[in-house]
Amino acid sequence: MKAPEFSYVKPGSLGEVFDLLDRHGDRARVLAGGQSLLASLNLRLSEPELLVDITGVPGLSGIAVSGQTVRIGALTTHRQIETSAQIARHLPLLAQAVRNVAHAAIRNVGTFGGSIALADPAAEYPACAVALDATFVLAGRAGERRVKAREFFRGLYETALNPGELVTAGEFPLAGAGYQSVFLELARRHGDYAIVGLAAHALVAGGRISDARLAFLGAGSTPVLAVRAAAAIEGRQPDAQAIAAAQATLAEELEMLADLYSSRATKLHLARVLLGRALGALAA
Amino acid sequence: MDKTLLTTLTVNGKTVTRRIPARQHLSDFLRDELGLTGAHTGCEHGVCGACTVRVDGMTVRGCLMLAVQANGRKVDTIEGLSDSGEIADLQGAFHRHNALQCGFCTPGMLMSAQELLSSRPDATRDEIRAHMAGNYCRCTGYHAIVDALEEVLASRRGGPK
Repeated sequence: MKAPEFSYVKPGSLGEVFDLLDRHGDRARVLAGGQSLLASLNLRLSEPELLVDITGVPGLSGIAVSGQTVRIGALTTHRQIETSAQIARHLPLLAQAVRNVAHAAIRNVGTFGGSIALADPAAEYPACAVALDATFVLAGRAGERRVKAREFFRGLYETALNPGELVTAGEFPLAGAGYQSVFLELARRHGDYAIVGLAAHALVAGGRISDARLAFLGAGSTPVLAVRAAAAIEGRQPDAQAIAAAQATLAEELEMLADLYSSRATKLHLARVLLGRALGALAA
Repeated sequence: MDKTLLTTLTVNGKTVTRRIPARQHLSDFLRDELGLTGAHTGCEHGVCGACTVRVDGMTVRGCLMLAVQANGRKVDTIEGLSDSGEIADLQGAFHRHNALQCGFCTPGMLMSAQELLSSRPDATRDEIRAHMAGNYCRCTGYHAIVDALEEVLASRRGGPK
């Protein structure tokens, strides 16, 4: 289908963006890469009056390491994350995850900040940000504030962003010594929306797993940190018994939503399978 | 604010300026305004890949980019790549391997393939499959397409012709 009619403007500064968002309220939508927004416009799931293209605002793109933090600007594309030596070195979880973000032609255009702000429950970055305990930088007329990823995702496509605010960056703590990362996802076709996925990050020493952060995607209306599964594996080697104990917690912890193709029972089964694989791979 | 905008793009080396609706995506602009019908509109929500074109040297979904977003940028379509001879070897390999039947997906396949061939000369068969996963073909079953890419990779590396 074709998108409904709308106006388009490409401001050159954050101040102008805030003016436009003030003036047009929820009749305006922020456009970054547009790889989800344009699809939803073409499907007429959204009918804004105005698109505010923020790709002309300087300073919102790029990956920088300083101190113990990796900062990813909101307009950084998936492609830039995929090809970044800094991401590969310091955030291996994200480096694995980005290969599952849509397809090459979409990764060339889609942005980190767009994925975070949209908060699709099947998206990769939100789960990684929750697993790695990242912080998002939000900017609005009143200035900047920082919100933990674990508090940012509030519900289905619902976030801590206030009207008139933008995500301008994500700040990830560097992966600590001895920590291992595994990202796994199941989809009908590589690059399609995840049926279920798992961002796993844990300290591994002598084959034993501790401090595991197990964030599922496609397993509820937000990324879900499986704390009971993490407790079940704490300090243990991922043998068959330990894996089964962790898997057994998922039925209570994950509020699976059926999708067009997979029932709740199927998705829960697949989540258990991914957990087993991830725990094995972490300690391998 | 106006719902139409004066937009200038360089398409296959030629600069064009048109006043166009903000809502018009790049594929419709190329097809309806410029008569370049090589980029096909299949699903129009980013799934099928038939509309793949190049903007500033990188492949994009023509249906997921507004023409106004491409203002001031350089667009290459299958017509440009074909006329310049840039992908003559790839087109020949598609022909020899029967890598197309109805041809609807072929322009997008060639655009995606050329991006891989030019950026990853050592790509393995698995990497070819992963890169091409964003392009649907309903006729061939894909193997012939992957075969064609493997052949071109080998010949561009200077292997057997």
